[in-house]
Amino acid sequence: MLKDITLGQFFPGNTLAHRLDPRTKIILVVLYIAALFCAKYFVSYALVALVLVISVKVSGVHPKALVKGLRPIVFIICFTAILNLLYTPGEELVSFWIFTITKEGVLQAFFMVLRFTMLIMGTFLLTYTTSPISLTDGLESLLNPLKKIHVPVHELAMIMSIALRFIPTLIEETDKIMSAQKARGADFESGNLLQKAKALVPILVPLFISAFRRADELAVAMECRCYHGGGGRTKLHVLRYEARDYLVLAGFAAMLAAVLVLGHFGL
Amino acid sequence: MRPIIRVENLTHTYGVNTPFCRSAVKDVSMEIYEGEFLGIIGHTGSGKSTLIQHLNGLLQPTGGKIYLGDRDIWADPKKIRDVRFQVGLVFQYPEYQLFEETVYKDVSFGPKNMGLDGKEIDRRVRSALQFVGLGEDMLEKSPFDLSGGQKRRVAIAGVIAMEPKVLILDEPSAGLDPAGRRSLLENIREYHRKKGTTVVMVSHSMDEVAENVDRIVVLANAGIVMSGTPHEVFSHAQELMDVGLNVPQVTQVAMELKRRGVDIDPAVYTVADLRRALNDLRGGRA
Amino acid sequence: MSDIVRTENLTFAYPAEEGQTPVNALDGVSVAIREGSFVVILGHNGSGKSTLAKHMNAVLLPGGGKVYVDGMDTSDESLLLEIRRRVGMVFQNPDNQIVANVVEEDVAFGPENLGVPTEEIRRRVDGALKAVGMEEFTLHAPHHLSGGQKQRVAIAGVIAMEPKCIVMDESTAMLDPLGRREVLDTVRRLNREKGVTIVLITHHMDEAALADRVVVMDNGRVVMDGAPREILPQMAELRALGLDAPPTVELLHGLKEDGFGVPLDALDIQECAEAICRAL
Repeated sequence: MLKDITLGQFFPGNTLAHRLDPRTKIILVVLYIAALFCAKYFVSYALVALVLVISVKVSGVHPKALVKGLRPIVFIICFTAILNLLYTPGEELVSFWIFTITKEGVLQAFFMVLRFTMLIMGTFLLTYTTSPISLTDGLESLLNPLKKIHVPVHELAMIMSIALRFIPTLIEETDKIMSAQKARGADFESGNLLQKAKALVPILVPLFISAFRRADELAVAMECRCYHGGGGRTKLHVLRYEARDYLVLAGFAAMLAAVLVLGHFGL
Repeated sequence: MRPIIRVENLTHTYGVNTPFCRSAVKDVSMEIYEGEFLGIIGHTGSGKSTLIQHLNGLLQPTGGKIYLGDRDIWADPKKIRDVRFQVGLVFQYPEYQLFEETVYKDVSFGPKNMGLDGKEIDRRVRSALQFVGLGEDMLEKSPFDLSGGQKRRVAIAGVIAMEPKVLILDEPSAGLDPAGRRSLLENIREYHRKKGTTVVMVSHSMDEVAENVDRIVVLANAGIVMSGTPHEVFSHAQELMDVGLNVPQVTQVAMELKRRGVDIDPAVYTVADLRRALNDLRGGRA
Repeated sequence: MSDIVRTENLTFAYPAEEGQTPVNALDGVSVAIREGSFVVILGHNGSGKSTLAKHMNAVLLPGGGKVYVDGMDTSDESLLLEIRRRVGMVFQNPDNQIVANVVEEDVAFGPENLGVPTEEIRRRVDGALKAVGMEEFTLHAPHHLSGGQKQRVAIAGVIAMEPKCIVMDESTAMLDPLGRREVLDTVRRLNREKGVTIVLITHHMDEAALADRVVVMDNGRVVMDGAPREILPQMAELRALGLDAPPTVELLHGLKEDGFGVPLDALDIQECAEAICRAL
């Protein structure tokens, strides 16, 4: 069951979405998120959604994979939607007990859900089409100016990329340990909250020990391959903006501008 | 002999509706008999891990049935834990599941989950540790201070302590050095002999399986390709090699001798047997 | 030919727990690994073989004595990168030595650290993946590969640094027979075709038969050292050291006892059968 979590997983491919410079893609996601939050009404949302649909189409990522990524946060989405639905003042539609549902509330909840869903889908699209290493490369390069104020940008990027590298390994490991403890009769489902928390000990202890062991071994392995921090490092993939990057960036900037203009007219 | 576990047309498909969809086990039927020492061989990806996780109900079949005695183990999913107590499964590299402060506490985890009383737990823990060749002086030690081989033994004891009717071990000797392997296998044989309960050992070492088991089931490509006594199985040596498995080195020597025109049974699989056969041959000739 | 690694009276002890006296994991080891050779180091768990391996590229530094890698003293910290570039190391657990999420990026990790120019990295990565037969997997995610494939990626990662020697620290211990064969075939080919020195730490006796030289360790000392043909037939001695003689050797010993006129040093199946045929 844990294997179903696709967080941080990369689907290799060779589409335009895969070939774009990771820095471009990160900026695109930022522009996209900005557009989402600036979108006021149906027309704007439709425009942003259209961009999302085209991006998904171009990336070759199966829409199902994106929907699956939503699963872990369905609860949060529904919860906020209900809050919005019930607590937005405005023109009354129905009213029962202490709750009133307003026209504004319905719209607000609808846009809320839309915004969340599209936000998650957009960012997932980024991780699906960008290998974590090039993603961190992109971030590292974008944040490079911060080195001047002594932010350890390379180290942070390395930490992130290793974390991403080990997510699938640790998930698999958790699955294995859970199975092994279940084979000894461990029960993770029944009991009250305290009992359930206690039942996690047989999983967490071995998992932590193993994670520390892995960290230790990985550190030695990295040193053996002459890793000595960011100084003097070269790259297999040097980041270079191509014509396509400028074109796509321009397109997304135009989308944001359009959303802002539409917003001005309340659309 | 009476079957204790019966597998009927078992199929397990992972990741239905994803790009990674594949059947790890396909239409497998087999029986495990009461009191036997069964070996399951196959290389990684042959489906053996998936198969054994069905035998104690860790995985639910996507097709087919598993019977323990006469009961379908999934007849009442709420009682699946009882199945796990009766069919003990020791995973590969089981030492990575140890978690308690002391060896004693770790081994008693299983029996405690069964709801046994303190006295019974105590008896079982001590007896289980004896089976795996660990002394009483180990009881209060932290499992994390032990050597790799000792940790493995503690983990195996943790399953033996549930006193299961069937004990399944997945690659129990993986990663151990020759002396460690030899003595652990000796302990497992001893356990089988003294307890008289069913033992299933999964391995990819032909030599190891050949020396220990009564019967072998060979898995390849998600299905059973062969089963029988070691002698029966190794008489199909060529087919085994065709699915990418080895045969014991002794069998390979015998096959080579046969090919060179020596009148010998090519399915012998232990050094002692081949030695005897060669002596007989010379005796007959002299 | 010169020695790629040479230890002189090497001793080493891991820090002991409080109240206990440290035990020497290595106790006066002097070995020299000739460039271009294929050496197998055998020993039971705890014999010191892995500790010795970790001295060969300065993962551990001598407690006493000296280790020279291609003439460089490993205790000289300023030579560290150069030493590690000359002697690469592949470890036991394939999962814990792969850094990147894509095969080619992992192989590039070493050259990137060495500051190799980009075009040159590309050439080395492609060459290294080809040398281990993993070129089809260039863009794959490592965690979807089999154990043997992961180890071959790890070997490629080392080769991309263009080392003179590769130390395999029990790199076959966690693999199934197929994976082991893949890895062994790969390192043998590298040894033969590219002249890369291979030091293979193992307790699988059948792997020892492939080597030019077998070094057996016990209690932190070298107790046997010679060609496989000299070492492997010594069944009783190997057993006493917690190791096993290959079944073929065991068979020949038995037959000799029964009065067959067989040699004891036939290591592979063909040779063994041939010897028996002649004696019948």
